[in-house]
Amino acid sequence: MSNNDAPAAVRTVALTRRFGDLVAVAAMDVVVRSGSIFGLLGPNGAGKSTTIKMLTTLLPPSAGTAMVAGHDIRREAAAVRRRIGYVPQLVSADGTLTGIENLLLSARLYDIPRAECRARIDEAIAFMGLTQAARSPVRTYSGGMVRRLELAQAMLHRPAVLFLDEPTIGLDPIARHAVWERLRASRRQFAMTVVITTHDMEEADELCDELAIMHGGRIAAHGSPAALKQSVAPNATLDDVFARVAGASLDDGGSYRDTLRTRRTATRLG
Amino acid sequence: MEAVTVIPSALGVRQPGWADGSGVARFLRHSGAIAAVELDKLLRDPTEILTRAIQPSLWLIVFGEVFTRTRAIPTGSLSYLDFMAPGVLAQSVLFTAIFYGIAVIWERDLGIVHKLLVSPASRESLVFGKALAAGLRALTQAVFIVLLALILGVHVRHSAGSLGGVALVVMLGGALFSTFSFVIACLVKTRERFMGIGQVLTMPLFFASNAIYPLSMMPAWLARVARFNPLTYLVSALRSLMLAGGPASSSIATDVGVLASVFVLLLLMGARLYPGIAR
Repeated sequence: MSNNDAPAAVRTVALTRRFGDLVAVAAMDVVVRSGSIFGLLGPNGAGKSTTIKMLTTLLPPSAGTAMVAGHDIRREAAAVRRRIGYVPQLVSADGTLTGIENLLLSARLYDIPRAECRARIDEAIAFMGLTQAARSPVRTYSGGMVRRLELAQAMLHRPAVLFLDEPTIGLDPIARHAVWERLRASRRQFAMTVVITTHDMEEADELCDELAIMHGGRIAAHGSPAALKQSVAPNATLDDVFARVAGASLDDGGSYRDTLRTRRTATRLG
Repeated sequence: MEAVTVIPSALGVRQPGWADGSGVARFLRHSGAIAAVELDKLLRDPTEILTRAIQPSLWLIVFGEVFTRTRAIPTGSLSYLDFMAPGVLAQSVLFTAIFYGIAVIWERDLGIVHKLLVSPASRESLVFGKALAAGLRALTQAVFIVLLALILGVHVRHSAGSLGGVALVVMLGGALFSTFSFVIACLVKTRERFMGIGQVLTMPLFFASNAIYPLSMMPAWLARVARFNPLTYLVSALRSLMLAGGPASSSIATDVGVLASVFVLLLLMGARLYPGIAR
């Protein structure tokens, strides 16, 4: 059941980012309800990663702003950073360190008190199913294990909003389902809002409560996966929805740089 | 049915039990976390420490011994080997630290930079942590070079005070040049350009300094350039601390003051440029 009275975890206000003449994100207005799993769906180059980078304070907006977990990304970037978790598309766990050492670094950077540190790390490792591998170097992990470790790192400080940029890119179907399952469980347990970007329709369909379909830096359609499909035809897929609203296929789009980054991540995790 | 535990802290209330502490304690905790990770990596693969020791050994054993015999460089009452030992130590600090910035380019190609920059740790504390690690890395070189110098008969002062001073100045030098390297890496962003610039910078920095010959021997224009080179102050400080009656080109207070000021300036520049590398 949707709860429209839930406070907004993210609210963007004419959020815009330009790179020279290119408008990567054009005056985006979107609200993400607290406690939902929200998906930004679109092909490479649609502006999904740029949006996430602005919401996580990595990239300043050219115009407009957003409130994330109750704080303005422009004026209160430090407060935003304390309240969010982020797993970038690129591999962010350090391969030369063990799982525990990676988590320990996160615990210190997020000011988790020393007394609580050990228990939190043990809990996170068990929750993500990494107990066996906790003391092995991350370079020996499978792609799915690396992603689960990165989730554990990003959630160690119990963020209000978790941002994931293409969380299952390069993973095989079993590993993908394991990541989804852990995400759903974390959302339930920690009442956390999750914002993901994806160009994978199955992921958008199965995981997300609500979707914003991005095309050319704009939100072309917005709603629950079921409602979006219903709006096109009774048996429509999200690709049909996308074709309707954007006049293109999800497989199109993306620059050389996007492709390079995607393949690099896929190679590292695969 | 699954039990649902809702942890109130995630709803927007500030968590109890955050180890906040004062700003300075927090800064040092974050820097310490970064430095600890870097050092762990170094100790896990110490081959780098050993290979880095080869070049200064050659300078001391080959170049130093030959020029001590030829007496081509006037070094007053000191033997040439005594004169150049602190210079070789400074050179080793420079050469080790100047390529340190490549790590941040690696971290950018992975997503580690993004992970660090989204954390609540201040940019300054992250850059300082990396500088601290580079300083400690330089210290491993210093231990080796001082021991080698002793074996070769260099008249190194043995007092704890002077050796402690050498250690601190070496760390400051390593932190300074690694942060310089970090700033360049943030500006050029690619490995190829970075390696090119690193190569171009090291030799002028080395030769336009008093590391292997005194300032008094230089043509006036070069001596003036050397006065703007932080390496000159690092050498001068190390000469004062390492050798009894070492012919320093400036007072130790001036040396340390210049090194510390340049380091702080580079640290602030690095912290400002750092977020740009994640865009």
